[in-house]
Amino acid sequence: MKKLQKLYLYLILVFLYAPIIIMIIYSFNESKYRVWTKFSFKWYIELFQDGQIMSALSNTLLVAVIASVLSTIFGTIAAIGINSLKKWRKSAVMNITMLPVLNPDIVTGIALMLLFFMAKLPTGRLTLILAHMSFCIPYVILSVLPKLKQADNRTYEAALDLGATPALATWKVTLPEIMPGVITGFLMAFTLSIDDFIISYFTTGPGVENLSILIYNAAKKGVSPSINALSALLFAVIMLLLIVINVRTHRASEKA
Amino acid sequence: MNRRWYSAPYLVWSLIFIVVPMLMVAFYGLTVVGEDGSFIFSLENIKRFFTPLYLGVLGRSALYAAISTVICIILGYPAALILSSKDLKHKSVMMFLIVIPMWMNLLLRTYSWLSLLENEGLINQFLRFIGILGSEEYIQFLYGEGAVIFGMVYNFLPFMILPIYSVMSKMDYSIINAAEDLGANKFNVFRKVIFPLSIPGISSGITMVFIPAITTFAISSILSGNNVNLLGNVIEKQFGIGGDWNFGSTMSLVLMIFILISMFVMPDSEKESQGGLII
Repeated sequence: MKKLQKLYLYLILVFLYAPIIIMIIYSFNESKYRVWTKFSFKWYIELFQDGQIMSALSNTLLVAVIASVLSTIFGTIAAIGINSLKKWRKSAVMNITMLPVLNPDIVTGIALMLLFFMAKLPTGRLTLILAHMSFCIPYVILSVLPKLKQADNRTYEAALDLGATPALATWKVTLPEIMPGVITGFLMAFTLSIDDFIISYFTTGPGVENLSILIYNAAKKGVSPSINALSALLFAVIMLLLIVINVRTHRASEKA
Repeated sequence: MNRRWYSAPYLVWSLIFIVVPMLMVAFYGLTVVGEDGSFIFSLENIKRFFTPLYLGVLGRSALYAAISTVICIILGYPAALILSSKDLKHKSVMMFLIVIPMWMNLLLRTYSWLSLLENEGLINQFLRFIGILGSEEYIQFLYGEGAVIFGMVYNFLPFMILPIYSVMSKMDYSIINAAEDLGANKFNVFRKVIFPLSIPGISSGITMVFIPAITTFAISSILSGNNVNLLGNVIEKQFGIGGDWNFGSTMSLVLMIFILISMFVMPDSEKESQGGLII
């Protein structure tokens, strides 16, 4: 029975990883076709010379970094404010905040696209960043709020009694206390932004592609094996990021 | 003194970037463009949606999403049950391995199945190699509804395992012990104790699988080679060249209401796991 259970889990893992592993293997294949010829780094070299992929990669990273940093700052300040709101106001704000989390991405994407169109904002990197911020901020708020609830309000009040301004007390006392939540929120915003396809698809402009859009468009025409190399690299980066997040949360839970 | 003012900029932001865009969808969805380019209030597009053609698309999307959700429960529930059992070794590593694919780009994951499932793909080559297929034969895995459902199950399975696991691992073992002490056999313990307690997890799993599945257009378009048109594909086309934004908005509106209703009829779901996807 035990063995059977283990076997079942392994089968699920094989199912989840089969395409990813195949992709990584093919990224080292010299041939362009799906016949194994020889081990080579050719596609990794070509990857970095492919202008289209590189510009999509830089768009993705640029948008992810800017959107997640701004979302973290903005979302943390918002969470501190929301935490001190009274009952019904708080639940009203939280209900609005949950909208982008619960709404299907395609609806959020279309809604933002209509907004940018009405505001006559030219679509491109700027609208991408704004769109990503609008779905990242709720996640930052959702990961900071629980930490604020746990935080001891008396230390903040003590700081005020000792003559700190509210802003200084927030900066020096509250922020360090909620830092784990802020960092989790940031990492979440960053991964969500890097991964996003649907919302980006609707809110970007001509000529500005992120990786997801590039893959979507390329999958229809047939893709250069450089994409395999790219996904292998991305897989490694995500694995690393997740290990960092997990070690962090692990340490945090040990402290608590 | 009061820090509640810190929420003021966010209130303005959420008004502009959350509330107004939703109102715009409703506005576009309930109007048509007149001859002079102005917007005229009209339910014409709603009527257009409720014709057999588009209701068929909605029905098909809901059916495929439902089938994928059921398959995800059938595959995912035992996996979550095994993962949450007390004496599984390396539990955190296992959970970690289940979560990683979730953070891989959905497009990449879907695209990478092509090299396995194509007519000249690895699985067909393997079947030829072991002699099940002749040298020119192949099984067509792709380009149909089966492939689309397969893609949905593959992409969303971790979203089913995770919430069920999260509920089960928090389960109070003393209740299970009590049931055993009172003479219930394993099957009855499962049927009367474990399963009812895991329903919140199943229910949030269903939301996390069903909603992205019913709205996807990338999976269907990549794996079916544009043969299968789901609601997502139809909506996406309306916002492409020569599309009708108003009708696209109408469909989004209907989709949103459909999802709200289906969430309303669901039993209470496990709240905590929704935001905290990271284990």
